Amino acid sequence: MRRITFAQAINETFHQMMERDKSLFLIGQGVTSPWYVGTTTVGLYERFGDGRVIDTPVSENGITGAAVGAAIAGMRPVVMHPRMDFMYLAMDQIINHAGNWRYMFGDQVSVPLTVWGIINRGGEQAAQHSQAIHSMFAHAPGLKVVMPGTPYDAKGLLVSSIYDDDPVIFVDDRWLYSIEGDVPEEIYTVPIGKGVVRKEGDDITVAATSYMVHEASKAALSLKEQGIDAEVLDLRTIKPIDEGLLFDSVRKTGRLVIADGGWKTCGVAAEVSALVSENCFEYLKAPVVRVTLPDTPAPASSALEKKYYPGAGDIVRAVKNVVGRR
Amino acid sequence: MISEICGTLIKKEQIKGISETRIKSMYERMVLLRLVEEKVADLVSQKRVFCPCHLYEGQEAVAVGVCESLVKEDYVFSTHRSHGHYLAKGGDLKAMIAELFGRGTGCSKGRGGSMHLVATDIGFPGSSAIVAGTIPISVGAALSFSIRCKRNVSVAFFGDGAANEGVFYESLNFASLRKLPVIFICENNFYTTHMPVSAMHADTDLFRKAGVFNIYSIRIDGNNVLEVFKTAKEAIERARNGDGPALIECLTYRWRGHVGPNYDIDKGLREKAELEWWMKNCPVKRIERLLVEEGILSASEIGHTKERIMDEIEEAVSFAERSPFPER
Ligand SMILES: Cc1ncc(C[n+]2csc(CCOP(=O)(O)OP(=O)(O)O)c2C)c(N)n1
Ligand SMILES: [Mg+2]
Repeated sequence: MRRITFAQAINETFHQMMERDKSLFLIGQGVTSPWYVGTTTVGLYERFGDGRVIDTPVSENGITGAAVGAAIAGMRPVVMHPRMDFMYLAMDQIINHAGNWRYMFGDQVSVPLTVWGIINRGGEQAAQHSQAIHSMFAHAPGLKVVMPGTPYDAKGLLVSSIYDDDPVIFVDDRWLYSIEGDVPEEIYTVPIGKGVVRKEGDDITVAATSYMVHEASKAALSLKEQGIDAEVLDLRTIKPIDEGLLFDSVRKTGRLVIADGGWKTCGVAAEVSALVSENCFEYLKAPVVRVTLPDTPAPASSALEKKYYPGAGDIVRAVKNVVGRR
Repeated sequence: MISEICGTLIKKEQIKGISETRIKSMYERMVLLRLVEEKVADLVSQKRVFCPCHLYEGQEAVAVGVCESLVKEDYVFSTHRSHGHYLAKGGDLKAMIAELFGRGTGCSKGRGGSMHLVATDIGFPGSSAIVAGTIPISVGAALSFSIRCKRNVSVAFFGDGAANEGVFYESLNFASLRKLPVIFICENNFYTTHMPVSAMHADTDLFRKAGVFNIYSIRIDGNNVLEVFKTAKEAIERARNGDGPALIECLTYRWRGHVGPNYDIDKGLREKAELEWWMKNCPVKRIERLLVEEGILSASEIGHTKERIMDEIEEAVSFAERSPFPER
């Protein structure tokens, strides 16, 4: 199979899906920008034109609402936000409207919308340009939230998001864009709501999301050398969470560390922890531990950033704590 | 036509009613803003400063002309492109440079970086990197002046791009309804990141957007510091007297690219000829020329001023580089 980067996988998916499905269009502030979206939209404007690749004014709520409306009217829009931070301005349309619409009207009207939010952090960009707010959307009913961590899943989950008849929040991370992996040339899907085991192990489960999957895999390698056999789960979808996969793993290992790039309080990690304590309590040999951002805004200074963003080292430390505490 | 509004020399008559000291001090401040941005551009190129810097070079007359009529107790709220506003309001240079270097001695203690400057002691309570984010906040500060019967004003600096956000219109309406002492300064530099204003606004006469809310609004040459000064002064005076808000659209141009030291020419985002036209129409050179012609400043005085300011800047840089990183 070919190896391509995460960014190339997204770009290819748009090229193929826009060719296949005339109801798909891409809209958002910066879809034609040379810097906002990395290389994920290269060639789309030239190929599909201004009618289906729409770069917009800075009007997040209005533009997202327009995508909701087009979806209600039978299109399959993807509305792009170059940083998740700017999605706060569109929360009303995403949660009050897109998320509620189907239920509110007795399942008669659906909103086949994909909201593509990019996490773009580090680089001293500070509090308003670094946020990973995926958990906010997982909290609200009516929305699915996917977070691919590999090029293969980026393509498969983007296709699934576009085909889904309800709103899906597709979240990726600029730190993933240069990662390479095997990606089939043809269109395929990765099911929403299904996680995957990245590495098997018996001593402890490390459940991770998005970029943190790579940190967890690095941690697992180093733990292996230290005699600890960790099982690494890639959740891939954070709403709905693949409970079967999670519970099976925790029942086997009896220990759980969760690694997520969002904040701690009320985040995905908290949710996974709650699910496990509700469903696997008798299997747990030690308390569950969360490796997340601290509950503070992102700093600018790289001296502070180094402390702020968790990595493989933090996961290793957390695992050793949990395993040590029999 | 833009070239008719912005392409002319500053006329001698425009000096009338403005004291020489004031003109000189505005000129010096503009030179400060200019030389600081050139230095910051170098620091970013040399990878000594890492945080994203949106440079203000080319727009100096706006910040300086507006802030000249403000007192310490008046508020200025700024954006991602905040260096000029901070310095024009009187923000400390060392604290700003240290902030860009991410040091604990920075004005935001290294937490904010270029886009989040603050100087509470001189009426600069913060700058937001969320486009249009500080427009309603400026209105709120004006509301507080109004409730407490203070004769202060609040100024919102923002770009042409910010006038695309819904909150801009909500803010205009509310400010007008309550006749709040807020001045909206729209710096139309013709670009929202990579997009020209004509692709972003159905009506590119941005000042007209305030008219429908019954707000006094006007478009001016934002590269003529005397015109900015006079227009802003009148608006500020009216606001202080309880006559409500105003919107001033200042036509100007950012020389550098959207972010960082480059010019966004190579990326095909704008024409070299366009940039050169605006560079010829430099707000600093225009006032400098008038000052020399009128005998207010000599070439050697100008040289000394620039040297003194360069020394200050170098001192600020070495202060920043000697400063410790923050602990938390
Ligand atoms: C809500 C929001 N959307 C998008 C952005 C990304 N962004 C940063 S600066 C900018 C351009 C703003 O243009 P303008 O208001 O004209 O200011 P200028 O950069 O020209 O000074 C954009 C879109 C942002 N920071 N905040
Ligand atoms: Mg602009």
